[in-house]
Amino acid sequence: MALTKRQTAELARQVFEYAPAPESIDHVKIEPRYGLFIGGRMVAPHSRRRFPTINPATEKKLSEIVDADEVDVDRAVKAAGKAFDSWSRLAPSRRARYIFRISRLLQERARELAVVETMDGGKPIKESRDVDIPLSAAHFFYYAGWADKLEWAFPNRKARPLGVAGQVIPWNFPLLMLAWKIAPALAAGNTVVLKPAETTPLSALLFAEICMQAELPPGVVNIVTGAGKTGSLVVAHPGVRKVAFTGSTEVGKLIQRNLAGTGKHLTLELGGKAANIVFEDAPLDQAVEGIVNGIYFNQGHVCCAGSRLLVQESIAGPLLEKLKRRLSTLRLGDPLDKNTDIGAINSKAQLEKIQGLVESGVEEGAELYQPECRIPERGFWFPPTLFTNVSQSYRIAREEIFGPVLSVLTFRTPAEAVEKANNTPYGLSAGVWTDKGSRILWMAERMRAGVVWANTFNRFDPTSPFGGYKESGFGREGGLHGLLPYVELS
Amino acid sequence: MEVRKTYKLFVNGEFVRSESGRAYRPDGLVNVPRGSRKDLRDAVKSARSAFAGWSGRTAMNRGQVLYRAAEMLDSRAAQFAELLGPARTARREVEQAVDTFVWYAGWTDKLAQVTGNVNPVAGPYFNFTIPEPMGVVGIVAPDESPLAGLVRRIAPALCAGNAVVALASETRPLPALTLAEVLATSDFPAGVVNIITGQRRELIPWLASHMDVNAVDVAGCNAEEVKSIEEAAATNVKRVIKNPAHEASPYLVAAFMEMKTVWHPIGV
Repeated sequence: MALTKRQTAELARQVFEYAPAPESIDHVKIEPRYGLFIGGRMVAPHSRRRFPTINPATEKKLSEIVDADEVDVDRAVKAAGKAFDSWSRLAPSRRARYIFRISRLLQERARELAVVETMDGGKPIKESRDVDIPLSAAHFFYYAGWADKLEWAFPNRKARPLGVAGQVIPWNFPLLMLAWKIAPALAAGNTVVLKPAETTPLSALLFAEICMQAELPPGVVNIVTGAGKTGSLVVAHPGVRKVAFTGSTEVGKLIQRNLAGTGKHLTLELGGKAANIVFEDAPLDQAVEGIVNGIYFNQGHVCCAGSRLLVQESIAGPLLEKLKRRLSTLRLGDPLDKNTDIGAINSKAQLEKIQGLVESGVEEGAELYQPECRIPERGFWFPPTLFTNVSQSYRIAREEIFGPVLSVLTFRTPAEAVEKANNTPYGLSAGVWTDKGSRILWMAERMRAGVVWANTFNRFDPTSPFGGYKESGFGREGGLHGLLPYVELS
Repeated sequence: MEVRKTYKLFVNGEFVRSESGRAYRPDGLVNVPRGSRKDLRDAVKSARSAFAGWSGRTAMNRGQVLYRAAEMLDSRAAQFAELLGPARTARREVEQAVDTFVWYAGWTDKLAQVTGNVNPVAGPYFNFTIPEPMGVVGIVAPDESPLAGLVRRIAPALCAGNAVVALASETRPLPALTLAEVLATSDFPAGVVNIITGQRRELIPWLASHMDVNAVDVAGCNAEEVKSIEEAAATNVKRVIKNPAHEASPYLVAAFMEMKTVWHPIGV
């Protein structure tokens, strides 16, 4: 029986109650302290400094992590350098087998990895379970297949590996970023020294265990933990021939400057301030889901997040009404609960950054909307937030917030939408919502961004290249293009 | 008595004196404009204005424009003879430059087929990756082969759909300025190619740090220049293109391009 309009509206107003459904954690074993993964085994560090990694949802300490120093990094790079000779000469089909093995082990241990990722980083278990871990495994599986097909990837050219790759990754998708970095590097015959983020080192340390389980030759993958200083040591080490960094544009520029004249190969995947553009003919309910996915997925800790909503003026009213209603149904809380939509903010420092930018938005004159939601007493939390009455000059419209904060702007003509969308130094991604095919292609052509999602948002796949225009960095990760940064063509 | 030519910069499709009024004499005889920061700025500005139109042309049309440049160059081969040294060397270099334009003229409408992809993503989505031009590309020409060396760098950048600001060889700038005369009578829209002469030490820092330049090609640079360009490039995360000076390949064209990936759901 069809529902009347009124009944539908009534239903939409109801907020369903859910009983808690926490994922069990008793199958996960987190060591009280970890060493470094160098030369194929966990070793005691030279550095005496350690720091705690905590669960941002509870502020409880999970483990103690090494703050690796110069000697540790040097050992790791040397181990990788030593392994390079044999790894790069290994029959490509054997290289492929090892990477396939890693992919399979990630699948076998998927649940454990998902729980650790959620505990260490604060992201909802449904996201780590359904997105981070499966995509990580898929990424290794995809690149495993390339290892013995490089001559088909680059016709008329011989592709040679570069040597030791020094890789520094962020805390928003710890294992997935590791996969994006390590899988193509190994497939092309390079060896790796990877530094996971300070606040989310645990899945990388579990990955070290997986390398051992896969019997990956010693030194092919090395993992050193630490903060920014350790990362800069990895990047600066003379034994490193290729640097890959994912993180803020600020640090990316610093790395680019520091590597000048060293002859090291460099790829950067940096910040973003993506426009998500909704035209008046778009299916509004789908668009609302896309907007929510675009900015509130992973608490907005996403470099390609659709943080600027550009709505065609004629539908701004009804769209915002639907969007606000939808925000009130988002469940914020225990990231381990399978019903949770919005987890914990990754760290205290990040929470303070978000709070600061939101305050600036209010001060500059934007109108704040936050749905009512219960914020847990402990841990770091920020409710889904929406700003209207935003001018392009406001900080919340220009700067990457990296939190669940959406700035809404309006436009009248497609040309104005293009102008506003591209009016940023960033160029990582963009979203377009419209029913008109020719307009999708017209908009896609004009977006100065590496990824354009039309009538969808935040989709990822190992076969699909990802990376930015302009100050969002250079180089692509994923797909055939993702191999290029890890080879020399002759 | 001959009528001598005053050499000028090539900016926005016009031959202009350096705003600085300065000149230098690389061979001790001819006055060559010593371009300034402001000349460079004007060149970048004209390249930026020309970019949308040039990149918006059809691939085939861009190919024809590049081919027309080859035609014009070939017909003026004699003009380069005395600029490029002994007759045989000069002829060979002009031929190389002509070949380069012709070769890349044929790439404009094939490049997306060779470097683009349809990606078989999991799930009901159609996903494709296409190469797109970067925007304004700065090129530092090599001193060696002052004509062919320059054409080997600008042709792939233009083939990609970029607008170019090129610094001519400092020691042998005349072939570059004569090439400008060829380009001025070809079908390139004004501003798509701009050629500046002068002292590299003076100009490179401004080119490398200019916020509206998307990439710099350093094939013609020495190690020290590469380092200074790479440092300054970080200001706006410029791409620094380091492919070998003699490379001729679609990979070089792709180095002057950005890969864009587009997703759309499949459904009824």
